[in-house]
Amino acid sequence: MLTDIAVLGAGMHPWGKWGRSFVAYGVAAARAALADAGLDWREVPSVVGADTVRGGYPGYVAGASFARALGWQGARVTSVYAACASGAQAIGTARAQILAGLADVVLVVGADAAPKGFFAPAGGERPDDPDWLRFRVLGATNPAYFGLYARRRMALYGDTPEDFARVKVKNAAAGALNPLARYRKAVSADDVAASPVVADPLRLLDICATSDGGAALVLSSMAFARRHGHPDPVRIRAVSTVTPEYPRTVLDLPDIATDAMVGHGVADRPFRPFRASIARAAYEEAGIGPEDLSLAEVYDLSTALELEWYEDLGLCPAGHGAALVRNGVTALGGRVPVNPSGGLASFGEAVPAQAIAQVCELTWQLRGAAGDRQVPGARAGITANQGLFGHGSAVVAVR
Amino acid sequence: MTRARRPVVPGWFTDDTDPDGAFRLLGTRCTACAAVFFPREDDGCRNPYCPGGGELAETPLSRRGRVWSYTDGRYRPPAPYVSDPDTPWEPYTLVAVELAAEGMVVLGQAAPGVRPSELAVGAEVELVPGVLHEDAEHVWTTWHWRPVATDAREAAC
Ligand SMILES: [Zn+2]
Repeated sequence: MLTDIAVLGAGMHPWGKWGRSFVAYGVAAARAALADAGLDWREVPSVVGADTVRGGYPGYVAGASFARALGWQGARVTSVYAACASGAQAIGTARAQILAGLADVVLVVGADAAPKGFFAPAGGERPDDPDWLRFRVLGATNPAYFGLYARRRMALYGDTPEDFARVKVKNAAAGALNPLARYRKAVSADDVAASPVVADPLRLLDICATSDGGAALVLSSMAFARRHGHPDPVRIRAVSTVTPEYPRTVLDLPDIATDAMVGHGVADRPFRPFRASIARAAYEEAGIGPEDLSLAEVYDLSTALELEWYEDLGLCPAGHGAALVRNGVTALGGRVPVNPSGGLASFGEAVPAQAIAQVCELTWQLRGAAGDRQVPGARAGITANQGLFGHGSAVVAVR
Repeated sequence: MTRARRPVVPGWFTDDTDPDGAFRLLGTRCTACAAVFFPREDDGCRNPYCPGGGELAETPLSRRGRVWSYTDGRYRPPAPYVSDPDTPWEPYTLVAVELAAEGMVVLGQAAPGVRPSELAVGAEVELVPGVLHEDAEHVWTTWHWRPVATDAREAAC
């Protein structure tokens, strides 16, 4: 297919709290991806970095930081910021360069050393920033939004806190099999129930931690892959980076209100929630549907949010997400495992790295190289996440 | 000496010394397409289907709505939320409220003392003036959502 590009190499730095700089994690991941691809850094004509953010301020130009640490060699350099979608935008940028013939092989890197506790905006009086406003006016943290979604699912669909806990139990079981994960211990439903409430009805073990980590990919044209001894590589077939469609009628981070459903032309529009539109754009570009998936990696910022992704990815109708996790459909060994890596539940958030890490997991799964957490015969996978301020992110990879 | 009352953000709601029933959130409405924005949008209409040529006029929002969802904050939020680190953290409740006329959901803190156990998705709530925090010079005012008492609701029917 015309839009396919090859994944020649994937690499990660283990997630955790390591106390080092984001550059160190990114360089370790980059070297691992280059070694996996069998390429020397000096042979790579382009590097794309997913920017890291500290305290809400994009103070680090990631592409150049990684290029400097690997050794300046005159590569084309790009840095992208799209909050949690930064990694997907970095992959999308690399793909565009490859398909346009600007570079035949590109290194993509994302890494972060995240602060402890709640993510918070930068200081100062900044009332033009919706992220600053929601903290200043309401004290509304990210878990508060996750709590709102969870409580609404309980009211609309009859989901229970036990259903949410099942997601954590499932992802922790998968993460225990992943040597790159930060948390590698099984978690029981009782453990979740015994953890303190953070934002009603969600508990500490329903919500992902912040973490340090790094992930990198070496991407190339199909012709370059063949020339360099990769006759049948994992292929990226779609990268979705769409915005929401107006009116956005589901309250979402970091907004204090939704768009109004009144207004000229608005009532005539089909209503499509943002997360569902991210997935739809990826499926349309890839020419596949949810029935073709062997696995999915989704952003499980909270356990309840993972259930929404099942529905938005089309794995089941709206309101049926809890039934999938109850029936083991999305567990390792189920029909379509979700977060076989262990997900954010096992990794924690290292924002610019995570969307790249999701594609690393697809790569290893589609190669049949995922070890104890391998999804047998995996042929197609999707990643999905959503970047603050309206950045969509999904990648489809096939073998 | 009385401290000056100041809205936490200027222009988002009416004078908080008005009687409860007159207190309103203030948004803007596009005169060309009727889209409503809150927080107020003054730079230009954001409806991509707007025929254009309109103005953004200040508009008060509905003062009653129904609970879309709710949660609370059991841990102290970081700055710029203002709280005294030397006092024990008192959780507060957050309510997202669906306003029927605007077709819009607006988040806010619940009135002091309202716990999640007193709320339900679909329950009716009303807007009331509230105080976010106080410092040496100012009383910083905000809006709160308060459950509509059952008998008040019956009286309104
Ligand atoms: Zn308009």
